[in-house]
Formats: sequence, C-alpha cells, structure tokens
Amino acid sequence: MFTPEMLKSLAVILVSSVLVNNYVLNKFLGICPFLGVSKKLDQATGMGLAVIFVMLAATAATWPIYTYILLPNKLAYMQTIVFILVIAALVQFVEIVLKKYIPSLHKSLGVYLPLITTNCAVLGVAINNINDGYTFIESMVSSLGCGLGFLLAMVIFSGVRSRLENSNPPESFKGLPITLVAAAIVSLAFFGFAGVAENLFA
Amino acid sequence: MTEIIFAIVVVAAIGLICGLILVIASKFMEVKEDSRISEVRECLPGANCGACGFTGCDGYAKALIETEGTPTNLCTPGGSDTAKKIAEKLGVEFADTEKAVAYVHCHGDCSATKVKFNYEGISTCAGAKMLFSGNWACPHSCIGLGDCALACPSNAILIRDGIAHVDPHKCTGCGLCSKTCPNSLITLYSASKHIVVACNSTDKGAVTRNVCTNGCIGCKKCEKTCPSGAISVQDNLARIDSEKCTACELCVEACPIGCIKIADFAVINS
Repeated sequence: MFTPEMLKSLAVILVSSVLVNNYVLNKFLGICPFLGVSKKLDQATGMGLAVIFVMLAATAATWPIYTYILLPNKLAYMQTIVFILVIAALVQFVEIVLKKYIPSLHKSLGVYLPLITTNCAVLGVAINNINDGYTFIESMVSSLGCGLGFLLAMVIFSGVRSRLENSNPPESFKGLPITLVAAAIVSLAFFGFAGVAENLFA
Repeated sequence: MTEIIFAIVVVAAIGLICGLILVIASKFMEVKEDSRISEVRECLPGANCGACGFTGCDGYAKALIETEGTPTNLCTPGGSDTAKKIAEKLGVEFADTEKAVAYVHCHGDCSATKVKFNYEGISTCAGAKMLFSGNWACPHSCIGLGDCALACPSNAILIRDGIAHVDPHKCTGCGLCSKTCPNSLITLYSASKHIVVACNSTDKGAVTRNVCTNGCIGCKKCEKTCPSGAISVQDNLARIDSEKCTACELCVEACPIGCIKIADFAVINS
C-alpha cells in the first residue's frame, strides 16, 4: 500500500509540520491558548493533547467535504465559512459523545475542548492542507504533525514560564511583557530548524 | 444569481445536517446531572483550595448532594455565609463554620538570627531547604522565600524581615500554607485568643541560643509557671495544650526569651 517514496514524503510532512512549520512558533497561529494555558505543565499537556485530537478530527471531516462537496460544485471560495461551521459542530458532537461514553477523558479534556472549537490553529491546519494540495493521508499526517508541534511548543513554553515565575524582571517587564519576549526567543530558536526536514530524509 | 442561491442552499444544507446530528446526539446521549449540584456549586466561593477535604468546589458540591450527611460547614474560606446558603439549598439544619487563622511559629527574623551562607539558588523555600536546611543558621526556622505566600489564594502572607507574617484579617483559614511550608511552621488556630510559642526549634537550648536570640531554649520556666498545667516541654520546645490553656498570660511574662506570645485572633470576628 505504501511505497518507500510515499513513506518518505509522509515523514517529511510530519517532521516539517512539527519543527519547521510549527504552527505556534513559526506561523504564529493559536497564540491565545499558547499564552493562556501554558502556565502549568499539566494544563499545557492537556491542551496540547486536545488540540491534536481536534486537528485530526477536523481534517478528517473537512477534507472530504471540500473535495467531494465544495470542489465539484465550484464552491471552493466558501471553504472558510463551511470549515468553521463543520469544526464547531464536530467539537460539540465529540464533547457529547465523550461525556456519555468516556467521562474520565471528558473531564480531563473538558475545559479545553470548547476553547479549541474555533481556534485559528485548527482552522489554519484544515485550510493549509487544502492549499498545499495534500491527499487525504498526507493531510492526516500533516495535522498530526501540527498537533504534535503545538504540544511541543506548549510543553517547552510551560518550562520557560516556570523559570520566568522565579525570575525577577524589571518592574515594567513583569507579567505579559516578559512572557512575550520569552515567546519571541523560543520562536527564534525554532527558525533554526528551517530546511532540516527536507535534508533529513534526502 | 442562481450561483448565489446554490451556494446558500449548499451551506445551509451542511449547517442543517450538522445541527440535526447534534440534536439527535444530545437526545440519545444525554447525561442526566442533578441540577442541585450546580446550584450548590454556585454557593461555594470557587477558590478550589481543597480545605474541605474534597477535590475542589465541584467535588464538595457533588459530595453534598450525593452523600447524605456531608457537613455543610466544611468550607472555611466561605465562612458561615456559605454554610448558611448551602443549608438553605439542601434544607438541612445550619451549623456555623469554625473560622480558622494560620500562624507562623517562628520569630527568628533578620535581627535575631544570622545566615550560614548566601543562598543564590532557585527562589523557593523547598529548594533552599534541600541545601543544608536553608541559608539561615537555625535549621527549623522560617526560610522566608515565600512558598506559603505563593500558595496563599488570598494574599494574606507577607514576608517581612526574613520571616512570613499572616494577616489574620485576610486569612481565610484554608490551610494551603501549612501544607506548603517545608519546615511545617504554620498551624491553624480557631478564631479566639491563643497563647502561642513562636519557635519550632527542637535543638538543645544552647544550640538554639547560639543561632537565634528569639528561640525557645526549653528552660521549662513556663511549664512551672502555668497554673493549669497546659504547657509541657518536649524535645527542648515548649508546647501549649490549647484545650487546657486559659490564656492567663502568666507564661508570657515568665518566658526569659519572650518567645511565648499572645495571638488574639478574635479580632477577625469584628
């Protein structure tokens, strides 16, 4: 089913979406949860896992809708509105299902699921998969990578923030300013990954 | 024109299908939740401090509804107002909460004790404690890096002259600080007048005297003075049995160090 070339291209997509095109640190999407929920490691991990889950589900739902409903009917320009609609409904649906059948998972993801509903990172993944012309499998791998990248960014940044908590910055830098400065430096570090993915598997 | 109508119809259809799925799902997969739980939850302060012994305010609200006979007065931060509201909601008899105040059992401030070395590590008491029991000469003393102040949800703790002070007016008695303190210096007291020993050192008198001028040396003077036999010196440290103590203040005058103090927590009731 998978030829070696296909596997190689999937691996490139995965690694590049985790490191090179990291949604938070390189494309600056989903900054709101990145700054809001990264204070504690457990919360950051919970949010990251929920984002992976929603990104995968959103791509699984939006890719067929775009390819089989919007594209044949020449409605591709409606993708943003349709995607928001579908993702919001999907997250609500998932929440109802989880509440009924897996209450423990619902409890741990509970707070974060509605937060992610119309998160721009989730929408961004769905739209960018279409723009990059990925097939269904490539899209799924790419969303998995983007979700993992989000989780990675959250976990790394929660570590940075715990160091910030114990530091003593100048009065005017306290709170959000120093957090943004730290986020910028972390982002800068991720730009160092540019070009890694393609050459890693060459 | 037809293109626009077609687009509207398609998007509306997608929306309708999503809506239908959601309606069906919420009908078939409904989880029945006792509405009283959220009502009781509304009464609680929402600090999620865990002083009641349950996992946060949600856990306490759930226990109140689901387990018969859960006391309604377990929420110390909420006080008697909260207990009253809960009792009203549940239709049970109201019992007043016991207000509590935290007290730090150390008065070894900068003027009384000295530092062994300059500590420049991670700025928490727990971290400093791991390095030779902290930088202060007394290993039992308040380290003063403010783990308790960080833990306090109501900003009642202030570090002054190297030791923690609790503002009894702000303290809600949740007890988070006493769980955090690596030297277990913080105790909760009921809101009345107490006689307290402002020291926690169990070292021998001479050792304590060497490192801190405000430390209990275990001289037993208070033990002999106390008319009601409430004070006993164990492990070189005076301990006051608050059940027997009549707050006559004779020991306060007798203590040669002055480390027995009057802590009047009745003020918070006013």
